[in-house]
Amino acid sequence: MTERENILGRIREALRVPAERHGHGVVQNSPSAPHESHASDWLPVVGESFEQRVELFRANAAELKADFHLVDSREAAAAHLRELATAKGWKKVATHTGELTRSICADLGVDILITDDGYDVNEMETCDAGITECDALVAQTGSVLVTSRSAGGRALSVLPPHHIVLARRDQLIADLPAAFALLKQTYGAGMPSMISFITGPSRTGDIERILVLGAHGPKHLAVLIVG
Amino acid sequence: MNSAAQFRDDAKRLTHDLRHRELIQSALKKYEVARDAKKARYQDWESARVEASDIKWDAVNHLDAHLAEFARNAEAHGTKVHWASTGGQAREIILGIVREKNARSIIKSKVMTGEEIHLNEALEKADMSVVESDLGEYIVQLRHEAPYHFVFPAMHLTRGEISDLFERELGSAPTNDAGELTMIARRALRKKYITADIGISGANFAIAETGMVSITENEGNARLTCALPKVHIALMGIEKLLPKLEDLALFLPMLATAGAGQVLTGYNTMYGGPRQPGEADGPEEFHVVLLDNHRTRLLADAEQRDALQCIRCGACLNVCPIYKNVGGHTYGTTYQGPIGAVITPHLRGLQDWKHLSFASSLCGACTSACPVKIDLHHHLLQSRRNARGQKPLWWEKIAFKLFAVLANSPALWALAKPMARFGQIFHPLVKATRLDPAYVWTQSRELPKVAPQTFKEYWKGRNP
Repeated sequence: MTERENILGRIREALRVPAERHGHGVVQNSPSAPHESHASDWLPVVGESFEQRVELFRANAAELKADFHLVDSREAAAAHLRELATAKGWKKVATHTGELTRSICADLGVDILITDDGYDVNEMETCDAGITECDALVAQTGSVLVTSRSAGGRALSVLPPHHIVLARRDQLIADLPAAFALLKQTYGAGMPSMISFITGPSRTGDIERILVLGAHGPKHLAVLIVG
Repeated sequence: MNSAAQFRDDAKRLTHDLRHRELIQSALKKYEVARDAKKARYQDWESARVEASDIKWDAVNHLDAHLAEFARNAEAHGTKVHWASTGGQAREIILGIVREKNARSIIKSKVMTGEEIHLNEALEKADMSVVESDLGEYIVQLRHEAPYHFVFPAMHLTRGEISDLFERELGSAPTNDAGELTMIARRALRKKYITADIGISGANFAIAETGMVSITENEGNARLTCALPKVHIALMGIEKLLPKLEDLALFLPMLATAGAGQVLTGYNTMYGGPRQPGEADGPEEFHVVLLDNHRTRLLADAEQRDALQCIRCGACLNVCPIYKNVGGHTYGTTYQGPIGAVITPHLRGLQDWKHLSFASSLCGACTSACPVKIDLHHHLLQSRRNARGQKPLWWEKIAFKLFAVLANSPALWALAKPMARFGQIFHPLVKATRLDPAYVWTQSRELPKVAPQTFKEYWKGRNP
């Protein structure tokens, strides 16, 4: 017998005695029932309109100490990034090929590392910022949803000390249930190997519960909605 | 020294340590304020608890089906799934991968099951360099110490102590600034991610329908651990299953709020396999090691089975008056606090760990804090009953028999009342000394006074 069979056998043996379920008494041999989720009714409330969601995302971002900007064109986004690059003295940034990144990073005036077909990790380690697209922004939690496919791999959004996210207006979604529904709709059975909700810059409270940003991942996170 | 004697001695020492108490209570006060503020944003936290409990109940009570589905879907995406009945088997599986890859250096993100099976010791014995990357874990690793709390591993240390440690171990300049200390660790660990041959992580959840594992963290250390090394190994207990991907929409925020007072933890990441064609990076191999290590023994106890619903948020530790006073190391277990007191007897033997069930005020704060509604304090009572049922104490049996005789006879009871009142007059002569029959109680507490009048006497004497 393999360990797989041993473990599954012990589980089946153990489950022959039914257990009580909160508020339902002892439940006998019920099949695993697909469960209807009401999470949206219990989780923090989110407004209906785009403006309400922007305000909620903005408030969450402020609390998380992330930068958030709503800019009205790609040119404005590119100008914003050029300003950042000058102010922070960036020499090199890493990015990937996408519709937004291509047009916005084209004229940044710094060296660019493209991760699409693999890259040298030591080179990425020297980059001052990582610029990525995303799958969605979640208003409810102030999170950025990225995947290994939409955001240039696994490391680009977490290794450089500054992470810039470029999103379209229609990528701002209401809540976490909507985010998971979107993932299923976009990828179906062919999910990317990594899916990550990034909520604020890297942080730790491991020393006397004092908040410190930039523990291992980016110290700065900036989100731009390009409208 | 056996585990009960060690618990008793450490608890006695630490409850008198005012510096320790202040450090822990001020840290947990910050947590409490943040948690209450975030809980207040939920439209209905109590309904969220009911739904979370229902989902986990289903997952645990159909664990065989969910585990098989998880393994099937994970393997379909190129993940290698391993099954380990014991800690020893899990260590062998991981050492086998390490040897096959000729690995020399390993970077780890937080994995409590690794603590449970003493993985670091096994890897170091095989001549591996193993570095913990979670800041708190890194600090306790440098101190050669176990985590103090399974969510906040270094909560018992001050900035001064951590600065001294870094100065001694890393040669850094002393500082009293938490930010500067964090940057020292960041610089020390940065290269390790890049040079490590293998990354080892835990898992907070495993999703049956997609074969993914989900990892929750704040620092980004797990993201790097699972991105850069060529091989990623995730070690997890078999109880971590959730049926559907969208179940995470409820569990991720609840874990963050109950565990650390956050809306959502910094990084919540799902891994569904090694690097796929067309992806820029990621490990060539992804291994998931499923660990039983006596979890099926807990599963077989239908009365306490719900303890397997635990998502390891640590909320029950944070509100526990015992934990706040005796501290995490006193437990001598991988999982501390109320949940540790409930599951450790199943994982490591009831008779050796029953003392944890007795070290409780049964106030129920843990049960009301639990986001998946585990009936923690009743389980402590059941464990007391089970422990005594297996191995009764002769003097307890005699004492209860005598009490039964007394309480069943109105005449004896009527005699006992005035005797108790009379006897208590002389109690101060022996109080809190070895001659005191109530010594175990009175050495640190007051014995309640016998009332001057019973309710029956009052009722008879009242003016109609």
